[in-house]
Amino acid sequence: MTFHSNDAWWWPFVFILVAGWLATDAWRYLGVYLGGRIRDDSEVLVLVRAIATALVAAVIGNLILFPSGELASTPVALRIEAEIAGFAAYQLARKTVVVGIIVAEAILLAGLYAL
Amino acid sequence: MEALNEAQDEPSFRWYLRGARAAYSIPGFILMSSFVGFSALAKAADVGLWATVFMTGIVWALPAQVVLVGAVIAGNSLGAAALAVALSSVRLTPMVVAIVPELRGPRTRGITLYFLSHFVAVTSWVLAMAKLPDVPASRRTAFYFGLGSTLTLTNMIVVGCVYVLVDALPRELSAALFMLTPMYFLTSLWGSAREWATNLAMVFGIVLGPVCHVLVPSFDLLIAGFAGGIGAYVIYRLAHRRRSA
Repeated sequence: MTFHSNDAWWWPFVFILVAGWLATDAWRYLGVYLGGRIRDDSEVLVLVRAIATALVAAVIGNLILFPSGELASTPVALRIEAEIAGFAAYQLARKTVVVGIIVAEAILLAGLYAL
Repeated sequence: MEALNEAQDEPSFRWYLRGARAAYSIPGFILMSSFVGFSALAKAADVGLWATVFMTGIVWALPAQVVLVGAVIAGNSLGAAALAVALSSVRLTPMVVAIVPELRGPRTRGITLYFLSHFVAVTSWVLAMAKLPDVPASRRTAFYFGLGSTLTLTNMIVVGCVYVLVDALPRELSAALFMLTPMYFLTSLWGSAREWATNLAMVFGIVLGPVCHVLVPSFDLLIAGFAGGIGAYVIYRLAHRRRSA
């Protein structure tokens, strides 16, 4: 029952509906239902936000250390350097996302073309 | 006051168009560039063209989509993939809880809110929370429908085009595409944190993710998320208790 275990044309769409649509829109519908009932500064939400953020951060870490596609053939030290430099630039630019992305990409590309 | 009354009288369609135009902004373009990276990732995982476009429209949450493609790459079963995606998407609930009072006008029906909630994701949420206060209450659903549907449709097109074109790119540029997603998440998540418990959870998660990936590959995201999140929350609470004591 994995994504590639069934050759039928419809199987990927069923997989995406169950593991993708159901697993995300259920939370959105719950949010509409609860809207107004939970206070946005409630204590439970601090814990919920922390767990959700750590989970996505784990994805970020994996995408840098164990990337896929062409990024996998680049040196790991270069990827980490680019990420840290990008984040530092983002902080220096008073949390401007686009500055962080441009600096990280510039360092990665400079490193790749210098190799 | 007169200007406000005039705005109230304007047809909903005009506010739909204003919402659509708000999608073409700096956050909107950054999101597009990270969907470029996502499309390359989905193709590398051998998710088909139409499945990738379909996923973008029906899931419409980039972290969830990246987790889903990660589960495809890892060869996870349907159940394990659904669980990982569900856990990565819990944050959608508090986001929707926060936006519902902003969207709800005097005569908004429940079904409209359920429908519009599908468009809630980091970028549309950030844009909407910033712009909705300037929209008359009775036109907010129209405005958000314009914003959300435009972002979604535009990125479905972007994802489809990139999927077809990505192989024609030089290797270095292709590598750079895969860097867009983690960098966008890293900075936008950090910036959206409300209390430092979230920032600490990010630091824990980014370290624990790869560690768990090596130690417990099938449950890496779940364990890193729970351990990192709960750990950060406990430290945050203890620090606050000490300060207030």
